[in-house]
Amino acid sequence: MKSYFSNIKSNFKLKHYINYIAVGVALVLLTVFYYSGILKRSSADLITQMGFSIILAVSLNLVVGFLGELSLGHAGFMCVGAYIGAYLTNAISSAIPSKILVLIIAVIVGGLSASVFGFIVGLPALRLKGDYLAIVTLAFGEIVRNICKNLPFFGGALGLSTTPYGPSMFIPTFIILLIMLAVVQNLVRSKHGRAITAIRDNEIAAKSMGINVTYYKLFVFVISAFFAGVAGVIYGGFTTPILYSFFSYNYSIEILVMVVLGGMGSIGGSIISATVLTYINFVLQTKLSGDLAALKYLFYAIILIALVIYRNAPSLKKYREKFNLSNLINMIIKKFSKKEREEVGTVEWDRVPTKISTDEILSADFTVTNYKPDKPDKPDKSERP
Amino acid sequence: MNDVEYVLQTENLGISFGGLKAVQDVNLKIKKKEIYGLIGPNGAGKTTVFNMLTGVYLPTTGKFFLNGENLVGLEQEQINRKGIARTFQNIRLFNNMTVIQNVMVGLHNLNEYKANPFASMLRLPCHFEAERKMRERAKELLDIFGLKADRNNLACNLPYGKQRKLEIARALATNPTLLLLDEPAAGMNPQETAELMETIKFVRDKFDMTILLIEHDMSLVSGICDNITVLNFGVTLAHGKVDEVLNNPEVVKAYLGD
Repeated sequence: MKSYFSNIKSNFKLKHYINYIAVGVALVLLTVFYYSGILKRSSADLITQMGFSIILAVSLNLVVGFLGELSLGHAGFMCVGAYIGAYLTNAISSAIPSKILVLIIAVIVGGLSASVFGFIVGLPALRLKGDYLAIVTLAFGEIVRNICKNLPFFGGALGLSTTPYGPSMFIPTFIILLIMLAVVQNLVRSKHGRAITAIRDNEIAAKSMGINVTYYKLFVFVISAFFAGVAGVIYGGFTTPILYSFFSYNYSIEILVMVVLGGMGSIGGSIISATVLTYINFVLQTKLSGDLAALKYLFYAIILIALVIYRNAPSLKKYREKFNLSNLINMIIKKFSKKEREEVGTVEWDRVPTKISTDEILSADFTVTNYKPDKPDKPDKSERP
Repeated sequence: MNDVEYVLQTENLGISFGGLKAVQDVNLKIKKKEIYGLIGPNGAGKTTVFNMLTGVYLPTTGKFFLNGENLVGLEQEQINRKGIARTFQNIRLFNNMTVIQNVMVGLHNLNEYKANPFASMLRLPCHFEAERKMRERAKELLDIFGLKADRNNLACNLPYGKQRKLEIARALATNPTLLLLDEPAAGMNPQETAELMETIKFVRDKFDMTILLIEHDMSLVSGICDNITVLNFGVTLAHGKVDEVLNNPEVVKAYLGD
């Protein structure tokens, strides 16, 4: 146990923990707000929605961003989790009085049953590529949804009614979110994550390096489906009745938009974009009234286009660099730690500078003197797997 | 038939695509620590031979043996684990990964760096142990190829010559007994080619490696190869010592025409 923590401590890098810190701080603050009565019920529901959107986006990012396969059936996995979780909750809630225990069991069973479907969908992924796999996953999502609609014990077209967990649902949601972040980030930052990204970058080369492509593709699909199922259970936990129409093709695309907007292969990006898009959706749904309400999707589309165009605008980038979360935390740490931190290791001066801004090159007074090599902030960046 | 004296032995290896016999009856015998050249005009089937040896294509006729073990019918990754590693004619690096990560992917399957996915997810000590060892080993390999200073750059940002070297380093990381190099000197200037020759010789001596290479650059072939085989239209034209084969009138005819 001691070596466990010493290992983690010696490999500690702040930027690997930013996501945990952000989600953890949000959880603590929101819990305090909730129990002090500041947080309204509708806001609590919105936060739960944000929570499971993040889980969906990050788990899809594992398939789309890291493995490099296009999957359009993520809502299908969520559907499996939601229906099975809710059905189980109905079945066992009379036997088990503790709400949280019921939720935990539902989350595990819902996730596992979704991952079984993930395995089944993963099988064609071994043979199909790109658009063809997208079509298969798309079909899968629709099939699952329609099966759930037609099963009598799932309530049919009227939906499956449950007793919702209540507005404090966001607390377990965020705890699950933290666990998922740990699993996904630790997986990605390991030899297995490297194997997965190697498959994305060049499958033939990965095979010739002895990477078992079959195994890793199935593995990623199963893990991704598991967390989509978990998100479904959470959805089922605070919505009643669960309607099959929610898990439509549109919702899969919405999750994909979150992933693409946040950046493929960027977990932090998925978190931010899932939060922002869920919020925008919520605002458009509640704030627009009268005739404008019919134009909801038009506004949504306009906002999306604007976001995609301007997310890499130079001014926005500068702003982002200035108010970077890791910089902020570093600043706080510096304020509190009395000792001046020593410069770790030596600076590699032979490193060729790679970042010279365009205005620097274009400006007439560009001389060798203002040609500063970027110093690596840490001596060895290779520690980042 | 399958003499263990040879590291690689192919027996009537051949493949046809539909009615086209792309490669027929290739018989290679490569001894340990030998640098063996496979040459021939464009479209002669050299890369196809490589693809058969690495499991990309399933040969329609014949067998091949690595240290006496028949490897026909195995998957690419299984053949790699048996000890055949290769580089590609058109460089296939993992472009969006750093140089050191490329090499660490090569180390993935070795027994001394074992850590299962769940151990990695839970960050058990064996994960850190494996990562640390892999990083050290990767650094050693990069040092040998003079790429250590570039280890944190993305592979796609390396200059061409270094990308070639990185591909060799990555192939060596899988700890092979036989290294297949597909046109290692393609696109290199004479000085880089000379450097590459030194590197290949060094690899053979340092790792006790047996090397089979495809090459068009005759200075490289005559400079380092012990034996060569010439392919033309999928059939073996000649094989044996470099000087003899290159002066063979049939080979000259295949290259230069009548």
